[in-house]
Amino acid sequence: MRWVRSGVRTLGEVFITLGLLLFLFIAWQLWWTDVTANREQAVTIHALERGFGPAGRPAEALATLTKVPFGEAFAIMRIPRFGADYARPVLEGTDHDTLTQGIGHYPGTQFPGQVGNFAVAGHRTTYGKPFSDVELLQKGDVIVVETRASYLVYAVDRHVIVTPDQVQVISPVPQQPGARPSQAWLTMTACHPRYSASQRYVVFAKLVKTISRARGLPASYMAVPAGTAG
Amino acid sequence: MYGLLWRLLPGPWPVKVLLSLVLVAGVVAVCFLWLFPAISQYMPFNGNSVQTGLPLLPDSTSATTAI
Repeated sequence: MRWVRSGVRTLGEVFITLGLLLFLFIAWQLWWTDVTANREQAVTIHALERGFGPAGRPAEALATLTKVPFGEAFAIMRIPRFGADYARPVLEGTDHDTLTQGIGHYPGTQFPGQVGNFAVAGHRTTYGKPFSDVELLQKGDVIVVETRASYLVYAVDRHVIVTPDQVQVISPVPQQPGARPSQAWLTMTACHPRYSASQRYVVFAKLVKTISRARGLPASYMAVPAGTAG
Repeated sequence: MYGLLWRLLPGPWPVKVLLSLVLVAGVVAVCFLWLFPAISQYMPFNGNSVQTGLPLLPDSTSATTAI
């Protein structure tokens, strides 16, 4: 009897421990990943800004991006709707590791400003959640992509909610696979609903202006739109 | 399990309490720094990209990538 009793007690203690570990995992996923990712992404932004040099400096020969090594940060995305100081790094690749470090560029899609589709993915929750407020974006909202050579100003066109296998959202003309592109698009994908991965919230934006770094970005583009909470 | 651990810890009870806290902190640190990051990529709720079942096609504009 004594052995049965101690066996049952140990089993109970193991179950309680596993339960506590599950709570610990939730705390890590929902809270701690944001803490570390926000810190790391701020460091990446700082490094990019230093690497790009001050605005107003004469543009370098690197006018267009053609290839970026997998996992490397190459641009900064600024979205006034998400806050005046919102800035997130864009890295090459959309695998798990890359998306913990910032916004991920789908390899094989176009680079910022190019005719076709500059398609990116980002977390809606956890890991710094760069696209946390993606559902707040409205038609006409400005999205600025900053590269070494220029500021690419996109304006939000529309959004769709699709299942994760709908890869035509990142085709050169969004949702029209095979069509020949004549405009420069930006596509953002994030998970939907929040805390789920069953669907994707997808935002399409069109390039409205390209401004060289030498000229600098007019402050009016970074004005936070009216009606933005917080 | 915890009873045995308590008996194995040396010293009077305040020392045992302190050692227990150190052990708990160690377990939390191992989970946060190594265990959880390693298992998180297998969690079903971490997808943000669109994909097909096809392997990665780096030069194709219509496809896609694995999560």
